[in-house]
Amino acid sequence: MYDGGKIIVGLVIGLCLLFSPFFFNAGKAAKAPQPVLTAKAKEAKKCVADTAYMRSSHMHLLDDWRQTVVRDGERYMTTSDGKVYYKSLQVTCLECHSNKTKFCDQCHNYLDVQPYCWDCHLVPKESK
Amino acid sequence: MLDRTLKGSQKYWGWLIFLLIMMGIGFLVYLYQFKVGLRITGMSRDVSWGLYISQLTYLVGIAAGGVMVVLPCYLHDYKAFARITVLGEGLAIASVLMCFLFVMVDLGQVTRMFNIILYPHPKSILFWDMIVLNVYLFLNILIGWNVVAAERKGIHYQKWVKVLIYISIPWAFSIHTVTAFLYAGLPGRHYWLTAIMAPRFLASAFCAGPAVLLLICLIVRKVTKFDPGIKQMRTLGGIIAYAFVLNIFFFLLEVFTAFYSQIPGDMHSLVYLFAGLDGYGKLVPWMWTFAVVSVVAIVLLVVPATRRKEDTLMVACIAVIIATWIDKGLGLIIGGFVPDPFGKVFEYWPTTPEILITLGVYATGFFILTVFFKMVVSIKEEVGA
Amino acid sequence: MGVDRRQFLKIAGLSTLAGLGGKTAFELLAPGDVEAALPLMKAKRWAMVVDMRRLNEEAMKKLQKACHYAHNVPDFGDPKVEIKWIWAEEFKHAFPDHENEYVPEKVAHEKVLLLCNHCSNPPCCRVCPTGATWQREDGIVMMDWHRCIGCRFCMAGCPYGSRSFNWGDPRKAPKALNPDFPTNPEFPTRSKGVVEKCTFCDERLAKGLLPACVEAADKIGKDLLIFGDLADPDSNVRQALGKHFTIRRKPELGTSPNIYYIV
Repeated sequence: MYDGGKIIVGLVIGLCLLFSPFFFNAGKAAKAPQPVLTAKAKEAKKCVADTAYMRSSHMHLLDDWRQTVVRDGERYMTTSDGKVYYKSLQVTCLECHSNKTKFCDQCHNYLDVQPYCWDCHLVPKESK
Repeated sequence: MLDRTLKGSQKYWGWLIFLLIMMGIGFLVYLYQFKVGLRITGMSRDVSWGLYISQLTYLVGIAAGGVMVVLPCYLHDYKAFARITVLGEGLAIASVLMCFLFVMVDLGQVTRMFNIILYPHPKSILFWDMIVLNVYLFLNILIGWNVVAAERKGIHYQKWVKVLIYISIPWAFSIHTVTAFLYAGLPGRHYWLTAIMAPRFLASAFCAGPAVLLLICLIVRKVTKFDPGIKQMRTLGGIIAYAFVLNIFFFLLEVFTAFYSQIPGDMHSLVYLFAGLDGYGKLVPWMWTFAVVSVVAIVLLVVPATRRKEDTLMVACIAVIIATWIDKGLGLIIGGFVPDPFGKVFEYWPTTPEILITLGVYATGFFILTVFFKMVVSIKEEVGA
Repeated sequence: MGVDRRQFLKIAGLSTLAGLGGKTAFELLAPGDVEAALPLMKAKRWAMVVDMRRLNEEAMKKLQKACHYAHNVPDFGDPKVEIKWIWAEEFKHAFPDHENEYVPEKVAHEKVLLLCNHCSNPPCCRVCPTGATWQREDGIVMMDWHRCIGCRFCMAGCPYGSRSFNWGDPRKAPKALNPDFPTNPEFPTRSKGVVEKCTFCDERLAKGLLPACVEAADKIGKDLLIFGDLADPDSNVRQALGKHFTIRRKPELGTSPNIYYIV
């Protein structure tokens, strides 16, 4: 091929750059996230929805809350077992899960997810 | 056809590199604004729109100005303009793109920009402004590209392009009418609450746009082998003359209504702009410059001898651009917000970062304009137009 | 035989659009939420009557403090970037069209309590391109800080100067002026780049509480701020309006403001 030498050299450099993260992190494995429940959370046993749903879709729930609370004025929800919750990330969720760095951030940091909720919604001060 | 933009003289590349540097500086300062917020600008709780929105308003006018070349050519068979309509379209493309950039740098939450499409609110004029500007951009890109491509191939452009051209004529009127509606429907801003806002905007657009176009034609004639034509430039001069006189006439009508009625709300903004209010008068020298330059422009444009001579016509165009820019790009927005709803004066002046970002956006527009014109003029040179 | 490049691109483009549109449509049709009946404050048209005869500047400062504390409104100490939901303004600036040289001394020098008028015909809602501010069924002109893009068209549209913009991050306001920030951990702050204003304490109304300013006013004196349902002919606001002459700010603009001032 024309300029074969240049192409092959370029290809090798390109592939090296592409796979460089793997080279640099070879042999290391990031620890699986281990979110810690507070005493209050453990005592409550149940969240506003079951754990499997919360793990997979808590953002769906929060988006729905965002829509219904702010735009529709519906601030309360009843779960299937009759419990009434005030729909608020800051007031309800973080009341039990007040340890953001040991709970929320564990998975978020592992997956490099940066939710901007915290730009506005306040986080309770955590004790070390 | 874009390959024509990669071959150029030293001056061409020098100009592009200068523009790229300005764009780079503007971009870096914008990153700082994105991080810290709009507090680095001169805008305040009272004057909540400033240089960015005023430049957007001015440039929508420039974009609409291209229609002053297309309309006589297609509706009145003035075929002489046919060779320069594509220059008008290129000016429109660069201007509308600058408008979008100015909107983006002005938004407080620019990452949420698409909310205006995701949650459309047809009652809001901003929604319609977005639509008409996007369609106008789309029209000009399609028309401009196809006309130049056809010229390069030595054939007439396809019939469907003509349909788009006919649509673009009233559409150009609509973009600036909608932009005027942004201001003319707000009950609390008495400087803007006038039915004549849209006619004023159109008159100012139809002198400023062609004035910019004419200056570009003179530059093109100087640095390339393509000559837009003395006949075309003289006709443009006539159009600019009528439009500018109308623009100043409309402004004087506003002055009459405000001061003959003696209604405080109508007078206060004009008093602030031309005489100062409560001891604040940053814009007074600017507005009187506008008055003097307008007189110079009118004289040069109305007197046939000066309008027909190229060098005086060039001076007239520069005067028109300066006058319309001060009126629309400075006086209009600031005057609308001063005095505030409480009758108090809180002055606005752009900060250095704000000016640098503005220059960066202008540099981007000029870059697009230069590249597009390089392509168009190179092709015209090749086919011996 | 077969599609050529142009046809292929057309088909691919249309299919992508259909796919994206379909997914969105599916999510939009998902079932909504369950609501419980609780002691909420409900009305058809919330309004407020301000007794200007008995409110002095000191009292107004306390009301501002109550509101700003309840909503984490920072004090920047700089009128250029200040954020205020409720504040005290000179009479001639609050009612510029009512001004005359012979206004009684007391009125000329005393301040007027200003806040968002929660107009029945609000220009700010008309101009908002995203619906980040809108008029609720109960008359409150509400803010959605998730949706606001910070275009500030509502600020240009408001004839009363009721709205403030977050020119910078509210959490970065000077610590010296905001030692206890955030003052209310149960209410969010806002981020930079969004417009904010009084929302008639909709979050407190949902809990059956009066707005923060009204609660604070009740501690100072009776009926300094009367907050109630304008649509209910027997409500406290209607009774007050029936008994006293009131004025509103710039009524000639057709906005139909719902803050009435007893003068």
